[in-house]
Amino acid sequence: MALLEIENLHRRFGGLHAVNNVCFSVQTGQIKAVIGPNGAGKTTLFNLVAGALAPSSGIVRFQGQEIQGKRPCYIAASGLARTYQNIKMFAGMTALENVMVGCHLQGQSGFLSSMLHAPWTWDEERRIRKKSMELLELLEIAEYAQTEATSLAFGQQRAVELARALAMQPALLLLDEPAAGLNIYETAEVARLISKIRAMGITVLLVEHDMSLVMDISDEIVVLCFGEKIAEDVPQAIQQNPDVIRIYLGE
Amino acid sequence: MTAELFVQYLFAGITYGSIYAIVAIGFNIIYNTTGIINFAQGEFVMLGGMIAISLLPLLPLPLAIGVAVAVTMLIGALMEMIFIRWLKNPSVLRMIIITIGISILTREAAIHIWGENIRALPYFVGNEISTISILGARISPQVLWVVGVCGVMVVFLHLFFQATSVGREMRACAANRMAAILCGINPRNMVTLSFVLSAGMGALAGCVMSPITYSQYDMGTGLAIKGFTVAILGGLGNSGGAVAAGLLLGAIEAFSVSVVPLAFKDAISIAILLLILFVRPHGIFGSAEAARLKTF
Repeated sequence: MALLEIENLHRRFGGLHAVNNVCFSVQTGQIKAVIGPNGAGKTTLFNLVAGALAPSSGIVRFQGQEIQGKRPCYIAASGLARTYQNIKMFAGMTALENVMVGCHLQGQSGFLSSMLHAPWTWDEERRIRKKSMELLELLEIAEYAQTEATSLAFGQQRAVELARALAMQPALLLLDEPAAGLNIYETAEVARLISKIRAMGITVLLVEHDMSLVMDISDEIVVLCFGEKIAEDVPQAIQQNPDVIRIYLGE
Repeated sequence: MTAELFVQYLFAGITYGSIYAIVAIGFNIIYNTTGIINFAQGEFVMLGGMIAISLLPLLPLPLAIGVAVAVTMLIGALMEMIFIRWLKNPSVLRMIIITIGISILTREAAIHIWGENIRALPYFVGNEISTISILGARISPQVLWVVGVCGVMVVFLHLFFQATSVGREMRACAANRMAAILCGINPRNMVTLSFVLSAGMGALAGCVMSPITYSQYDMGTGLAIKGFTVAILGGLGNSGGAVAAGLLLGAIEAFSVSVVPLAFKDAISIAILLLILFVRPHGIFGSAEAARLKTF
């Protein structure tokens, strides 16, 4: 069974078919990329999967459960983590605290025991702090743990955001243009980090403009154009595909 | 002014100041998670005191206070769930007007349940006339209870926000709602929790202050105005600022008694509120930029 199945997904904005009858699935352990020219419907597709938008029709199945139209916080809590193109950090919190927020799903302490600082909440706090620190080490930004997240460089914030998403122990990670706004070195770093994440057994679905990044790391690529899927294949085949070449280079 | 009198005024100022600070922190907690000012904040203080007084014939004092705080927390949760939670994309103005409505509703309910009588909890230790001598001034032991309990509450609250998962989730939700949702946090639950938290704090403050200041069905309005003044003075949303501003306002009020008649006490705090709103609406402790950042 595929981890994520998208069946006949459709979303209209007035007369515009932003996502038109798209079907594909993501297998466990894969890195799958969605590419396409500007306005192809990539971000809308992500919004539909993550629950930020409800589809006009169609089914999104995650781990066998239909999730279309559910509230984003429930979808996130069910193991589908997402990052945005514009980084969303918690202002006023350190990098470490940002990651610790991601760990909250594993927390058992209730409101009252937290308010009264029961001893078992301290153990949990220590455990979460340790785990978050490990994630920062994994993403090679442990030295910035105590720095306020919003004052870090863009590439480092991207890494903090990835660490925060990983802290949720997701089964599937949706990355919305992870290399947007990064320079060539930072992009290479992000590519390396994504491969590292896959090695942890986490499936990745990403939208990306940077072709070298996509071709390097993806197992399979879906190409969207004007809301419709025009190709789905391995990177080498996509590079040879005449339809794809036509939409990217023109007739 | 003699040294004794100075200390006497100072303690009066700290007592009232710490209560104002607690009410202001209650405002801040809800402001940080929702962006609204909950004008029913003073009613939580009233409810805490009144419920504890009603329970006193049935239960020993500590238990009566505990139950009163728990019941007020429940009322806070219900207020949020009934009047605010189900609103779809409510405007801030609409929510504020709802809280004003809730405050009137609570006050009317209170007058039907408890009447217009002024009531009070007994002194926790000793009675009205027992005093402790500090630096020559005569201080009621209850004053130490008020200051102590408010102080402990502030410390616990700080630890709650800094070093527990739930507290961090609330901060996260205040800092960036979108990112909090991405982390699987349900912001609506955080809003309910913020009401529960400020209701509980208000109720506990209402219990410890009751022996000195007495409890009455309409005490909430005055406290809400003072608490609001302090919240603005300290920078809306900034709890450290609220503590400092609360103590400052308490001290100003206390010392004003030696200069102008007692009746002008409330006029002074309202004058300060107006002045602050005109001159430095972001508070005296923060910058306009920091005022946009929400810290508990």
